[in-house]
Amino acid sequence: MADIGLGHYLTVAAILFATGMFGIFLNRKNVIVILMSIELLLLGININMVAFSVELGDMVGQVFSLFILTVAAAEAAIGLAILVVFFRNRGSIAVDDINGMKG
Amino acid sequence: MADVPNIAPVLPEIFLALAAMSLLMLGVFQKATTPDGVMRASRLTSGLGVVTLVLALILVFTVSGAKLVAFDGLFLSDPFSSYVKILILLASAFSLILAQNWLERQGAHRFEFAILLIFATLGMMMMVSAGNLLSLYMGLELQSLSLYVLAAFHRDDTRSTEAGLKYFVLGALASGLLLYGSSLVYGFSGTTDFATIATTIAAQEHTPLGLIIGLVFVMAGLAFKVSAVPFHMWTPDVYEGAPTPVTAFFSVAPKIAALALFVRVMVGPFGALVAEWQQVVVLISILSMLLGAFAAIAQTNIKRMMAYSSIGHVGYALIGLAVGNEAGVMGVLVYLTIYVFMNVGTFACIMAMRRGDRNVENITELGGLGKTHPAMAAALAIFMFSMAGIPPLAGFIGKLYIFMAAIDAQLYTLAIVGVLSSVVSAYYYLRIIKVMYFDDPGIEPLESPLPTSIVGVLVVTSLATLLFILVPSPVIGWAGTAAASLF
Repeated sequence: MADIGLGHYLTVAAILFATGMFGIFLNRKNVIVILMSIELLLLGININMVAFSVELGDMVGQVFSLFILTVAAAEAAIGLAILVVFFRNRGSIAVDDINGMKG
Repeated sequence: MADVPNIAPVLPEIFLALAAMSLLMLGVFQKATTPDGVMRASRLTSGLGVVTLVLALILVFTVSGAKLVAFDGLFLSDPFSSYVKILILLASAFSLILAQNWLERQGAHRFEFAILLIFATLGMMMMVSAGNLLSLYMGLELQSLSLYVLAAFHRDDTRSTEAGLKYFVLGALASGLLLYGSSLVYGFSGTTDFATIATTIAAQEHTPLGLIIGLVFVMAGLAFKVSAVPFHMWTPDVYEGAPTPVTAFFSVAPKIAALALFVRVMVGPFGALVAEWQQVVVLISILSMLLGAFAAIAQTNIKRMMAYSSIGHVGYALIGLAVGNEAGVMGVLVYLTIYVFMNVGTFACIMAMRRGDRNVENITELGGLGKTHPAMAAALAIFMFSMAGIPPLAGFIGKLYIFMAAIDAQLYTLAIVGVLSSVVSAYYYLRIIKVMYFDDPGIEPLESPLPTSIVGVLVVTSLATLLFILVPSPVIGWAGTAAASLF
């Protein structure tokens, strides 16, 4: 069996990141899915950071990923809060309904 | 025993953080159960917030001048960061002064506004002082998270919450791009420290492809934050939907901070890769200038028009970055300085646009302003002429330094596109003047007299725009020193 090396980790991270990116742009249904996609983006980055950190034998990457996790939690909280006030005003969280302004 | 870290360079930021948290406590412990109590709490935090920003401004002056490093290179304080911080604090203070009256009349006065604005300002100050990818990210997120909430601050208004939601989604995406780029840069250079990245790149004969890809991702994230084309799509909606004082704040402070960060990251850690990033910056600069010029023509909402105008201004400022030398960076700083005053003044006028009991945002509503409000019309005319770059107003000098830098660096295409697009954009700036002076007023004139805070800001900003040509040397000299400290 082949050893799992840096390349594999980077590939997984890139796939996660791309999934998150497509989730944001292709999803036409629900804003919650966008929030989940943002989490996927950040998870992909975390895998990158930790994989590089191990490869380089340098702790900074792991410390960085702890910071990213913390900020991601704060970001999700704020995103959901904004979504709640939006729902109160609009009565819907469908992506197609976020169309009050055009131009 | 561990050494006590030298925290003197970080003094303004520490002060701002402590003051914002104290204001938060002060606001929470006010008895805000009655409408009077809510009003008192919001006036108190807003007033003290302005005082806080001014004190931080004074503290920035005390640490400015020298190149200092704190926290093992995480935090840099040099003339460049001090200059930009002063601009940011000025812009924030102006926005906070303008906001209180507007929010009270909209019934959206809550004490959190001033606190969020100060936290956003703190994030921006951390951004421009970042010396490491980690501190860059933390500053950027502190700024962004506060700004998402500010955009949705008018929580009973559909457009404001929609603006907040759009800004959140695209802002989080931009942070993700920047962060993915950071992770690649970290992996392929082995460090997150700016100075070490620069020496690593300079020592390599062939830059690894991963590092270049990381650089491109970082640039995309930063272009999102400065709202440069093709990453500008959030700007018009957010500017239109957000409460006007918040839009005024968005159009100056975060933009200055993100541009300064862009400059620092490009000429600092990636200075040796100038050949790689220069073409990209040239491209986004040209696209931003053209889009800013043409898309604004069709707009009827003045806030939306200002959004496209700000995209155009970012394009001009990016010329200075594309040049990538000391003259270019100095041009960016002079341009941003003048931009603060023009833009804050214009938004003060937009906030004064009230008819009956509501705010109006259509450009046609300015009809007959020259007869009904001669002073305000004159001030708005000064800002519009200045934005169009007509001498002898300040906006002309900003453009002059940028274009001179581009021509000296033989980037003729940039300079030519810049001049042509500023001719096109003159159309929509001058249209506002035409509406004010030659169109008939509507059924009832705009509200008068104007609130004192708006009058005060208008006097300061219009005089600064008008008289800058008489005493340009202190600002230009100081911008020169600031730019020199980066190289």
